[in-house]
Amino acid sequence: MDFSTFLWTTFAAFLTLATYSFLYKDNPFYKIAEHIVTGVAAGYFAILLWHNGLVPKLWFQRIDDGDWWWLWLNSSKPWYLIPAILGMLMWTRFSKKYQWVSRWPMALYIGISAGIAVPLEMSNRVNKQLYDTMADLNWANFFGQGTYAMFDTTSGLSQLLIVIGVVAALIYFFFSKAHTGLFGGVAKVGIWTLMIGFGASFGFTVMARISLFINRMQFLGGWGQEAFNASGTTPNPNYSAWYQVFFWLLALLVIGYAAYEIVKHLRSRKT
Amino acid sequence: MKLKLFVVSLVVLLSFSIAFAQEDTLTVPPIPPDSALLPAAVTGLVAKDTDNDHGHAITLKWQPSADDGAGRQSVAMYEVFRWVPDLMTRIPALRDTLEYLKLRTGDGWSPPEPGSRTDSIHNVFASLDDAQLEERKESLEQTISQAIRDLPAAHAAYPEDGDWQQVAVAPAGSATAADVGTKEKDTPDYLPDYSDFYYRVDAVTADPAIRTASEIVGPVQSYGQWFNKGRLAVSVFVLIFGLLTIFFVQHARRGADLYVRPMAGIEAVDDAIGRATEMGRPILYVLGLGTADMIATIASFTILGRVARRVAEYQTKLIVPAYEPVVMAVAQEVVKTAYYDAGRPDDYDEDIVFFVTSLQFAYVAAVNGLMLRELPATNVYMGKFFAESLLLAETGAVAGSIQIAGTDEIAQIPFFIVACDYTLIGEELYAASAYLGREPILLGSLKAQDWAKAGVIALAVAGLALSNLAVAYDWSWASSIVDFFRVVD
Repeated sequence: MDFSTFLWTTFAAFLTLATYSFLYKDNPFYKIAEHIVTGVAAGYFAILLWHNGLVPKLWFQRIDDGDWWWLWLNSSKPWYLIPAILGMLMWTRFSKKYQWVSRWPMALYIGISAGIAVPLEMSNRVNKQLYDTMADLNWANFFGQGTYAMFDTTSGLSQLLIVIGVVAALIYFFFSKAHTGLFGGVAKVGIWTLMIGFGASFGFTVMARISLFINRMQFLGGWGQEAFNASGTTPNPNYSAWYQVFFWLLALLVIGYAAYEIVKHLRSRKT
Repeated sequence: MKLKLFVVSLVVLLSFSIAFAQEDTLTVPPIPPDSALLPAAVTGLVAKDTDNDHGHAITLKWQPSADDGAGRQSVAMYEVFRWVPDLMTRIPALRDTLEYLKLRTGDGWSPPEPGSRTDSIHNVFASLDDAQLEERKESLEQTISQAIRDLPAAHAAYPEDGDWQQVAVAPAGSATAADVGTKEKDTPDYLPDYSDFYYRVDAVTADPAIRTASEIVGPVQSYGQWFNKGRLAVSVFVLIFGLLTIFFVQHARRGADLYVRPMAGIEAVDDAIGRATEMGRPILYVLGLGTADMIATIASFTILGRVARRVAEYQTKLIVPAYEPVVMAVAQEVVKTAYYDAGRPDDYDEDIVFFVTSLQFAYVAAVNGLMLRELPATNVYMGKFFAESLLLAETGAVAGSIQIAGTDEIAQIPFFIVACDYTLIGEELYAASAYLGREPILLGSLKAQDWAKAGVIALAVAGLALSNLAVAYDWSWASSIVDFFRVVD
């Protein structure tokens, strides 16, 4: 790793530690990390929109015939100007007098989106689920084969449980009827079904998060190894002392802040 | 005499030399495969436009070869060939040249690697100056455009100036294949609609040289359909649901008292606003990471309106950090309207709703910092959430806030359940807006949803029974009824 890369990696290590310091409490180091990442993200987003959206899709765009047209004027697709005008109407928000004009593009955007969503949601969340629920059960292998095979996804029993779970969960989502009596009992089965599903999903996602944590620890470990050239990849031995200087500076920062907080805590206890 | 002898000798020598020369240049003709080894051809080949699509695709069906899985069992696969005019095969090469000319006339041009494809094009144009290159580029662009326009006519000229090209492969045992192109004219897979296509299918053995071609079918044209019949069930469902909604909205408008069961999460909203007022702390409302076109975000706007109105009445502070600019603009309108409705337009501040950033974890870092510095009494998370859900909810719990969450993102609901005081699960988020608003339109649609759910339950149970009976008793009519509900995209 060359020296400039090591400097950036040290900065990344600092940001990692600064972000983890939030686990203790809000502190100046977390604030630094937060403001850097938020500022960079805002700037990055603005540039991304400019280069990936405005310039190639509106300012200059190539038409099917291979020609480039400015603002789609005199092109075969002049209607591309309509979203451009709608976008510009959003800028009326800066004027108190004409602010109301910005409601037009917003209304159009949300209205179109809602209209598109209706058949899509109906297809994906209702029709497809309904058809899959209408499956013929595996009667020949109802209890599965082998130990614990009863709950194998291919066993008829599992399929039947899924159908019961679907019906019960749907009943839980009835809003215009009180959940009492038999109806309430079935709704309770429904919420249990949902909770079992959520529990499995929770465990699955936590596993993924732990792997992210391990990855960060490996990064910090690798950075420490690099500082002492433990991996033997430092290209220029003249800089090796500087690598360690940056390591100890960061270590001193962490230890110093921890000591400051401990002293502050002890003093507050005395008073 | 000597002359005659000389001429005769010369002729004989010449004859020998020609004969030997011919023997040298003679190529051994390929040995035709033993006809006994050739597989039987596929029969009944039919090619037609692929149904329920936007065009640019042809579906082929055939009866498998007699030697596929039977007879000599020698068929390994089927290769589908389409007759392609030379014009179509020339277009990619023209495009390569055009790309080269664009690079050459643009910024940052550097000579290509020797021996590469671009290098071979470069050798042709190396001596041209910029003006000539620009001229060639414009001319080439027009040539390509014209070539694309001429494709239907070139296809109509079958079998002149063209050749067969393999367009699909199907394993042995198959009886169908699709030749799927794109509608993008500037891609190599472009398949022009309303052009005459001709197809044949080869039954191929393990030795690719041993194959038998089918009869040629055509002409067949691809074209798009206005309606996708595979989604008929969706349109029927949308229609029924729309009628139910209209009926119940009218019912509610006539003054019918439509019951909505209490939801703890929503009932807690008013209490939480009261708590914030008593404590003199703000209320943090997070709209999630969804864009303004997402249903969860739209539902969240309704709830935000209600919360903002109560906040205005109680004169409490509201903080709404936005993730997306359009969401911010809509949220500002919603909050402003709520303050006007509450009769406190002067209390409205543009900075109640503010933009943070559109990067997920940068947004989380900012909102988490905000929570620990402002210490809001109540955090409301309503909308679309992703991996940031637990990070936000955990920090809110650490800050000692009452937390109410609602999302339709199933993977994130568990995190809200463990870290928040109240959670609206999935559709409860949509119902919450109706419950809070008590407006006839929302209440009517909620009632319609319940009826639709009842219908879905009835259909699921009936369909399950029919499906199983169809298998047990071989009832094809029952299978047809179940198949009606299948959605083909």
